[in-house]
Amino acid sequence: MMRARVRGREDEWTGLMRSAMAGDDAAYHRLLKAVTPVLRAAARRGLARAGQPPDQAEDIVQEILLAVHLKRHTWDSEAPFAPWLFAIARNKLIDALRRRGRRVFVNIDDFAETLPGETPQETASAGEVTAQLNTLPQRQRDVLQSIAVDSASIKDTAAKFSMSEGAVRVALHRGLAALTAKLRDH
Amino acid sequence: MDTDQLIRSLAADNAHRTPRVGAVLTMALLVAAPLSILIFATFLGVRPDVMSAMHNPFFDMKFAVTLSLAIPAIIVSLHLSRPEALLRGWGWLLLLPVGLLAVAIGGETMMAPAMPMSMRLMGKNSRVCLLAIPAMSLPLLAGALFGLRTDDSPLFVATWYTIATALVAAIGALLGARVLRY
Repeated sequence: MMRARVRGREDEWTGLMRSAMAGDDAAYHRLLKAVTPVLRAAARRGLARAGQPPDQAEDIVQEILLAVHLKRHTWDSEAPFAPWLFAIARNKLIDALRRRGRRVFVNIDDFAETLPGETPQETASAGEVTAQLNTLPQRQRDVLQSIAVDSASIKDTAAKFSMSEGAVRVALHRGLAALTAKLRDH
Repeated sequence: MDTDQLIRSLAADNAHRTPRVGAVLTMALLVAAPLSILIFATFLGVRPDVMSAMHNPFFDMKFAVTLSLAIPAIIVSLHLSRPEALLRGWGWLLLLPVGLLAVAIGGETMMAPAMPMSMRLMGKNSRVCLLAIPAMSLPLLAGALFGLRTDDSPLFVATWYTIATALVAAIGALLGARVLRY
């Protein structure tokens, strides 16, 4: 019963990721929204096991999402999506715990066996991404703010800052890549 | 920034495409190979007796050993470039050159020895080998593909090529742990 539900969910993820890689932005958005509660629950569990407060979970979730985004070209579209996702998530969780001076064994089942029903759906703010955002070059920060916080489209953002859409896309991608690098090195 | 907002910005960047790992590796090797060949041609050069050496199976063995390391290493590296990949079931590929060397050393031992074992082991070029293999490999950071000078004894190749290759592998391991992180 539980296995069947988990498998059904994971098949759905694989389908969404295939559509996303084929250029379907809405499918990609749905996929990221769908995996986030599972990542959040597993991050909380990992922190709890390491004796850390669960309020840092959102930082880890955001770091996982950024890594997933920037490394998605390493996903083999013939392979199921969940093992790839959980491998990245597990590595990021281990990195995060190490940075906090904890050496712990992270069980991959923490991710694989999290049920959709038991996961909180609320979105949360995370301190680290927000803090690093302020260290980005002005243009990358403006574009990220406009798209993420003000929900503006690429087109509207281009109009707002008198940029070409291509330049907005470049600034957005560079901003996300820089954010990821800063989180990793910090 | 809350997580929903971050997700929105990631979805907006979905159109961005990074080339596949295999394509990047191919390009990198195509750029690096001429550099390695340049180092080889500048500092070592093709041995003068290359035509007759080619009839010596122990000379050919050097190419077989280095290629049997390089090709499986590329295949295993590409496999491991996927975060969820495990070495399990793939690691034996890396034993190919070890097996090949063992067979060749065994073959040489069966023959009437031209030189005592210690001389076959140390050769004349062990120092050159130890410097040149890492130097040529640095552009590629992979095993050297060309035979070095005149030492063809499998014992020599097993010892000095292995030490030199291990040096390069160690540099690769140290750098890789930093550069290839997710």
